[in-house]
Amino acid sequence: MVISCDVLVIGGGAVGGAIAYGAARHGAKVVLVDGADTDLRASRANFGLVWVQSKGASFPEYQRWTRLSADLWAGFASELQQSTGLSLHHRQTGGLSFCLGDEEFDAKRQALQRMHNLFGAGDYACKLLSRAELADRIPKARLGPRVTGAAWSPHDGDVDPLMLMRALFEALSMLGVTLLNGRPVDHFKPEGDGFVAQIGERTVRAGKVVIAAGHGSTKLAAAVEIDAPLRAQRGQILVSERIASFLPLPSDTIRQTQEGTVLIGSSQENVGFDIGTTVSKTALMAQRAVAVFPDLASATFVRAWAGLRILTPDGAPIYAQSERYPGAFLAVCHSGVSLAAAHASIIAHGIVEGRLPEAVAAFGAARFEKVSHVQAP
Amino acid sequence: MFRRLEGEGQPITVFVQGRPVLVREGDTAATAALLAGLASVRSTPVSGRPRAPYCMMGVCFDCLMEIDGVGSRQACLETVREGMRIEPQRGRRALTP
Repeated sequence: MVISCDVLVIGGGAVGGAIAYGAARHGAKVVLVDGADTDLRASRANFGLVWVQSKGASFPEYQRWTRLSADLWAGFASELQQSTGLSLHHRQTGGLSFCLGDEEFDAKRQALQRMHNLFGAGDYACKLLSRAELADRIPKARLGPRVTGAAWSPHDGDVDPLMLMRALFEALSMLGVTLLNGRPVDHFKPEGDGFVAQIGERTVRAGKVVIAAGHGSTKLAAAVEIDAPLRAQRGQILVSERIASFLPLPSDTIRQTQEGTVLIGSSQENVGFDIGTTVSKTALMAQRAVAVFPDLASATFVRAWAGLRILTPDGAPIYAQSERYPGAFLAVCHSGVSLAAAHASIIAHGIVEGRLPEAVAAFGAARFEKVSHVQAP
Repeated sequence: MFRRLEGEGQPITVFVQGRPVLVREGDTAATAALLAGLASVRSTPVSGRPRAPYCMMGVCFDCLMEIDGVGSRQACLETVREGMRIEPQRGRRALTP
């Protein structure tokens, strides 16, 4: 069976889903290949932050790009909610990053000063809260004695990442996007003016192709001569029973969903493609969470899982267009949820028009040519 | 509604919604709630629907109750103690200091 389309999106995670959605809304005939259930699927392991404050300390465009997406998120969420009837539980409440002890507080102060110098305090907008100011913002929470304060950024927020995926797929179906799931792309190559991909019995011919396959992207991108150096970084997440609301805004390590679940996360480990969880790491995460909120010691944690972040050598996304095969695009990043609003609008529009937008010119793969495949620490 | 099978344990008094219920050593809090005639032991945190003990072996989490002041305990896994206070879990539990 042969399917013809304008845009073939390879990868059905948050990145591919958002781009497919945006391309279909711009009138393109889209086929999305979602891969197998057993794939790594970082989007399904996501913590659910729409997060700006920590991004781009050494890559100013990344800070601005993430902030732009975070500020587009409310419109994106409401558009998806209106078309699908599904609530994504998106909030742009601002987000916290807790400090334990004076040393962490001083280090945070210095980090924020550097960001203010780079971006201006008004644009970056993240500021340091004293312990008392923090307590005012979360009056139902009892802070541990070692909490000295927190960074707070008004751009930050959170979303239910599983509802994002569900709403995207619902919307894709309503927009007439052909979804091929259950298996990966077996073969993929440029052919004539376009591209051809084999997915089991199906052959897909497309004028344009978007590679958004997370860790699977490196091999696919090589077929269109784009270099995509990636490494996996494991993040583990602990999940609690539903608890009466005490944390009305997310932090980078602890967030409470609107349904009451508390998630503890943000570990960073370089362990290849192992998505297992470990008692040693989750215990450390839980200890820190209890140091921030001692009452969490009485909560029951019912699940743990891990996902693999998709990291480039500098941690920022790659948006690239093949020089040799200009219909081929690559979009990979570890912040597929934070950037979904920008992907669904700005990136998708550029791809349909055949050219990546100026706003992402700094994110090309060429920036790694000198350091290609060198593993960042 | 529920009638217990014959058993051996020593009699123990627990309190279900404040009312004394005579159970036996080795019984669970869920058993006590059922003997007390509770039609539901909790309401769910999201939709508020009523729920009652179902699997009685720690798997289904439908018997969550507040036991001696601690919320969302699995009542089918809590062995009774003399004077235990067993209350329905209404919605989400609160954290205990």
